[in-house]
Amino acid sequence: MKLLTHNMLTSHVKGVTKGYPLLIKATEVKVNEVEFNPQFVSRMIPKLEWSALVQAAEELGHRQDLPGELVADYETNEEFLKKVHRILLEVEVLEGCLQCPESGREFPISRGIPNMLLNEDEA
Amino acid sequence: SVCVSVFQWSLVVHEFNKYFYFLLQEIKALLALRGKPFIPDEKFKEKSPFWCLDGLSEEDIRSIMARSVCAKSAFELWGHGQTHSELRASLLSYQSENMSPFMHKDSTYRINIYTFNKTLEFTDRIKRIDALDYLPFEGTVNLKSPQHIFCLLEDYGTDPNNIPEHPNSVYFGRWLADGQRELIHSHSVKNRHFIGNTSMDAGLSFIMANHAKVKENDLVFDPFVGTGSLLVACSHFGAYVCGTDIDYNTIHGRGRSSRKNQKWRGPDENIKANLRQYGTEKTFLDVMVSDSSKSVWREAALFDAIITDPPYGIRESTRRTGSHKDITKPPDESHIPVSQAYHLSDIFTDLLNFSAHHLVMGGRLVYWLPVYRPEYCEEMVPLNPCFQLISNCEQTLSSHTSRRLITMEKIKEPEELDSLTHLADPRFSPYQGHNAFREKYFSGLNKRRGKEDNKLDFNDVQSKNASR
Repeated sequence: MKLLTHNMLTSHVKGVTKGYPLLIKATEVKVNEVEFNPQFVSRMIPKLEWSALVQAAEELGHRQDLPGELVADYETNEEFLKKVHRILLEVEVLEGCLQCPESGREFPISRGIPNMLLNEDEA
Repeated sequence: SVCVSVFQWSLVVHEFNKYFYFLLQEIKALLALRGKPFIPDEKFKEKSPFWCLDGLSEEDIRSIMARSVCAKSAFELWGHGQTHSELRASLLSYQSENMSPFMHKDSTYRINIYTFNKTLEFTDRIKRIDALDYLPFEGTVNLKSPQHIFCLLEDYGTDPNNIPEHPNSVYFGRWLADGQRELIHSHSVKNRHFIGNTSMDAGLSFIMANHAKVKENDLVFDPFVGTGSLLVACSHFGAYVCGTDIDYNTIHGRGRSSRKNQKWRGPDENIKANLRQYGTEKTFLDVMVSDSSKSVWREAALFDAIITDPPYGIRESTRRTGSHKDITKPPDESHIPVSQAYHLSDIFTDLLNFSAHHLVMGGRLVYWLPVYRPEYCEEMVPLNPCFQLISNCEQTLSSHTSRRLITMEKIKEPEELDSLTHLADPRFSPYQGHNAFREKYFSGLNKRRGKEDNKLDFNDVQSKNASR
């Protein structure tokens, strides 16, 4: 699971009102090199919940010098876009789980793939 | 303005039938991607193999032909007529300054003859070329690698049992580009790393991506992703892709193989490996095990396009989580909720509601709707106040069944009441009796298919039916 995906996911457990962002409990994290595409990263930035991205990067120990606030000139700031690219597309959770911040429900991640299925009484 | 003829033909009638019904919408969508309208001439007939389109530049044509899998070739039209003498008059009145850049003495060229619905003898082809000597060609003929290719096109109608002696119409133009039919072969499911019983035919996958106006750096989502055929097509056009499926084994690339000579799937049979096979792995985001009736995405317009082939219980059972039947758990998962029947009407309601919430404004939803033909009417196509219906193209599967490729565009943000409007809508009724619809649907399919063959690719059935 890449952090771009994580940034777009929310808990869907029945009755939960504050299910975002999901906490990440990772047991295996890998950094894969992915071709840098500044146009795509620029297009994604307005869709991001920035604080959730920073928090997720922090949880995985990969925040490095990612700023706490989105920079204003990001479209022309290649150095910044590269940092965001790395966090969004290169840092990948292979094993662990996602946890609903309100209900505590855990969603397992195995071989990089989250399993978001709910039990019959949770949906 | 330059008048351009989009010439699409196929000597293989089977191919012509299978993809033809998607051509008009494909060309319109690709023109819309460039902000260009579709302006046919006054004699335009959809079924004609020759379409004359107005108001397009050479760049427009090159860009749509770089994506179209339905169109064969495109030309800059220099002249046309019902007879060769009318063509001659038309060509002689064409502006010489439009011709001269391609005909001057330092240029090299070749003239091709294309005949539709008739094969010409070699000597007749030479005669046709010689008869064009009234055109001011000053360059040198080069058959192998000419700078410019010109074409004389002759239309002998569409009825192979009634081929006229003389063509119904003739065209002459400068060749600009061919379509992308080779993608159908280069991306054929037959040679793909990871496939399933319902893997979408490569040609139709590219057509869906075109109808959805998928473009470079888009974010595209498939909520019934299966083996990812639609993601393969979208990533070919430069989109970043993600998908979900309720089937754990499919998403993890495990379980029984869909190949005839292979019992189990290999260790690296998965969607990511499919993208790697075609060199587009960098645009792979994620796939997840998830029930599309219970959205896991946060409330935001995240996707530029949603493109999917929902399950109709044809190959993969139609289900969602929440029932109480026992199924075997994979050993490494603590809990796998069991599935229950997912009514077709609910699938469409959920899909349209989900798309209304998660598509960007102007984003497109493209999906297949199964149809029991004797009862079909246009009012059965599910609607939603947030969407405008763009197109509805039928692919016939048997005398009684077909599926329709539905393209919708988001035109407004959802409001609270919008999600309930379908409840009062009679158009959902045929899909509410899920089992009744399926029974009718399959009785139609089985009449043609006979015995169920688990390893027969569903698309083989379509090809056979389409070639009738």
